[in-house]
Amino acid sequence: MHMADALLSPAVGGTLWAVSAAGIAYCARKVRDDLDERKVPLMGVLGAFLFAAQMINFSIPGTGSSGHLGGGLLLAILLGPHAAFLTVASVLVVQALFFADGGLLALGCNIFNLGFLPAFVAYPLVYRRIAGARPGPLRLSVATIVAAVVGLQLGAFGVVVETVASGISSLPFSTFVLFMQPVHLAIGIVEGFVTAAIVAFVHRARPELLDALPASAGARPLRALLLAFLAAAAVTGGVLSWFASKNPDGLEWSIARVTGADALPAPEQGVHAALAALQERIAVLPDYAFRKSAEAASIATGDEAGDDQESRLGSSVSGIVGGSVALVLAFLIGFLLKWRVRAASGGGGSRR
Amino acid sequence: MSHHLVELRSVSHVYPDGSVALRDVSIRVTHGECVAIIGANGAGKSTLLLHLNGCLAASSGEVRVGDFPLTRKTLTQVRRTVGMVFQNPDDQLFMPTVLDDVAFGPLNLGLPQADAEQRSRAALERVGAWHLRDKPPYLLSGGEKKRVAIATVLSMAPDILVMDEPTSGLDPVARRQLMALVSEFQHTRILASHDLDMVLALCERTVVLHEGRVAADGASRDIFRDDALLARCRLEKPLAMQGCPVCGVVRLLPRSGAA
Amino acid sequence: MASIDSIAENLRHLDEFARADTVVHRLDPRAKVVVTLAFVVIVASFDRYTVAALMPFAVFPIALAVLGGLPAGYLAKNVALAIPFALLIGLFNPFFDREVVFHLGSLPVTAGWISCASIAVRAVLTLGAALVLVALTGFPAVCAALEGLGMPRVFAAQMQFLHRYLFVLVDDAARSTRALALRSGGNAPRPTTVASLLGLLLLRTWQRAERIHLAMLARAYQGELHSRETWRFAAAEVAFVIGWVSLFCILRYYDLTRLLGTLVARVLP
Repeated sequence: MHMADALLSPAVGGTLWAVSAAGIAYCARKVRDDLDERKVPLMGVLGAFLFAAQMINFSIPGTGSSGHLGGGLLLAILLGPHAAFLTVASVLVVQALFFADGGLLALGCNIFNLGFLPAFVAYPLVYRRIAGARPGPLRLSVATIVAAVVGLQLGAFGVVVETVASGISSLPFSTFVLFMQPVHLAIGIVEGFVTAAIVAFVHRARPELLDALPASAGARPLRALLLAFLAAAAVTGGVLSWFASKNPDGLEWSIARVTGADALPAPEQGVHAALAALQERIAVLPDYAFRKSAEAASIATGDEAGDDQESRLGSSVSGIVGGSVALVLAFLIGFLLKWRVRAASGGGGSRR
Repeated sequence: MSHHLVELRSVSHVYPDGSVALRDVSIRVTHGECVAIIGANGAGKSTLLLHLNGCLAASSGEVRVGDFPLTRKTLTQVRRTVGMVFQNPDDQLFMPTVLDDVAFGPLNLGLPQADAEQRSRAALERVGAWHLRDKPPYLLSGGEKKRVAIATVLSMAPDILVMDEPTSGLDPVARRQLMALVSEFQHTRILASHDLDMVLALCERTVVLHEGRVAADGASRDIFRDDALLARCRLEKPLAMQGCPVCGVVRLLPRSGAA
Repeated sequence: MASIDSIAENLRHLDEFARADTVVHRLDPRAKVVVTLAFVVIVASFDRYTVAALMPFAVFPIALAVLGGLPAGYLAKNVALAIPFALLIGLFNPFFDREVVFHLGSLPVTAGWISCASIAVRAVLTLGAALVLVALTGFPAVCAALEGLGMPRVFAAQMQFLHRYLFVLVDDAARSTRALALRSGGNAPRPTTVASLLGLLLLRTWQRAERIHLAMLARAYQGELHSRETWRFAAAEVAFVIGWVSLFCILRYYDLTRLLGTLVARVLP
């Protein structure tokens, strides 16, 4: 359940990027300050472990499907929440880059859903509460399973909220929730079971690993952290969405703000103006034609077509043609470049 | 040249779980010696090696490298003097490329980049692996990995080389090449190994560990003739000293340095 | 789900591509990271019904892939492998957004289908760009670039370890699962079996981490990984960044496709 770039708006993606980056910065400082530097190779290698472990599937009884380890909770139990968050984040970065799992813009969402929620919500508020100070085997298992289910439910809910807030997908909130939560309930239970079994295994083989945890995952610093995250999310989300709503094109508006109002007219004389003029000159006739067919279309379907829709239609039809042409051009450029690279490969480096 | 000297004085080591790995071990290795440490699995070889550069601290007794006792203060100096080649090169080669890895030590010592690269080049050329410099470690063969692991240590210009199982996992040719390389070094060398033929070929002196104690310490040839000692310590004669199964002749090796 | 072996194979391929030496490889990784991020954000900034205006953006991954000598088949295969989740969610759009926008011949095209197509195009573009970035830069260099752009050092160092031991651990996991498969008679392994397999793998990993740490200490490690490589952000990099980002901005604010479409419509009778 990696969130994907294609479903995200920049405002939502950017907000969660900011939140996750802040989380990484905070946890990196914490790990550097609090713990011995031994944790760095350990976290790296455990990240590689998590990566490998996620490739091993297990069957989910009764459903015929299979799942794999999420790992956020397991690492939090083994390393404490800060190191676990960093480790999960690094695995997600690698997955985004190597396997394009999710993508770059969605990275912030994924780190939040799969790293922050298990490590900083499910672990301290569920696992620690249930497990207590010196848990017996049964208590340990119950705590792990419940925390895994809660973590995964929160993560799935995160995906829903992020997708709906982005508005790229048309899935209504309620439908999406009803689709995601039950699916992840089954997965969560089995994942919790596997995590509990691994924790028990480690507990038996090397109890000192679990005892070595700093017991200071207590309430105070955590509450401060949660508040900081909420504040960061509110501020960035607020600012970005304000940018986005103030003007239909938030990015344009923010660029105008950043570059200053005076900077904008300048391009009008250059490429900007030339392109605009070109567009106007050649667009008169086809635009008219499309507008006519648009009216026809809306009459045919019995829709109340507004101006908005007409223009959408106009761009849709010319878009199909233009889009295909552009795609062909892009490939053509590719072929030309390839031909040039081949030609140049005989005699030294070529320049772009 | 007294900093080529390594000495353990009644060193004992007890692990946190209470198991005793070393009991009252005293060894003195002097300049230019090539000493083997042999013993059955669990005899304490690896634990002993980890004491030589302060990766483990003695529970009692003293480790001296050069003229100094090993303490927190002298730790950096000792690690510079004692180069440790670990058994599994995958644990030792952790950087993205071979050259990065060989330069890791010199950069940690605070050398400027140019000097670090110069040293790394010299070390890689010494082990015949300069051509591998841009490769990631996982693409190297077993023999290449071992040689690069040695280079990562040589680049720190140690006076003493400590190697854990230098020939394990190598094919016969790579093993021969590695033995030739080790025999050429002028450093004080301490090798822990189960490869008794290598020990016989490279080391004049052998220390036998048995259940954490020094069971014998002397000339390799004498030790390998002591059948009772070998049997007691779960060891055996090197194959080179056993009869040939075909013709029954025992081939006598020259003294060390058969390169 | 692809088998572990094929994933390991794939990783090696990516690493291999990254070690080539072309104009694109020689660029400072920071420049490539910045441009790729700009690309992804700008592509994501279009509204949900945009399809055609996204097409010209394909020029970025295509041009880089060609200049960097990345085989098209490899790129296509890996983008196709990564796409399903976005597409799955996208396919719901036609069910919820059923307003007919126009007719293509006699075929009614609904807004939902348009936004679904938009999601597919976005997915191909963003995933393609990310893959091209890594395949032509190499993971360690991307890490170094992110560090140069302000990522905490601890995190960068940790990712470097992750990448290095990925290969070792994936091999380890592959051996374990093979041994498991050989003895499980073709049945999917039960969660308990997988749990103990993973537990063992975890313990081996932990021990390995301890040995690595010893090996680092033995080489005077004091908590900081020094990177040897020094990239230079020179004129070529500046030109690369400014060139691409301005192209993206032009494509963002001027619908080139509409221009082309009308041009074509004018030329054709």
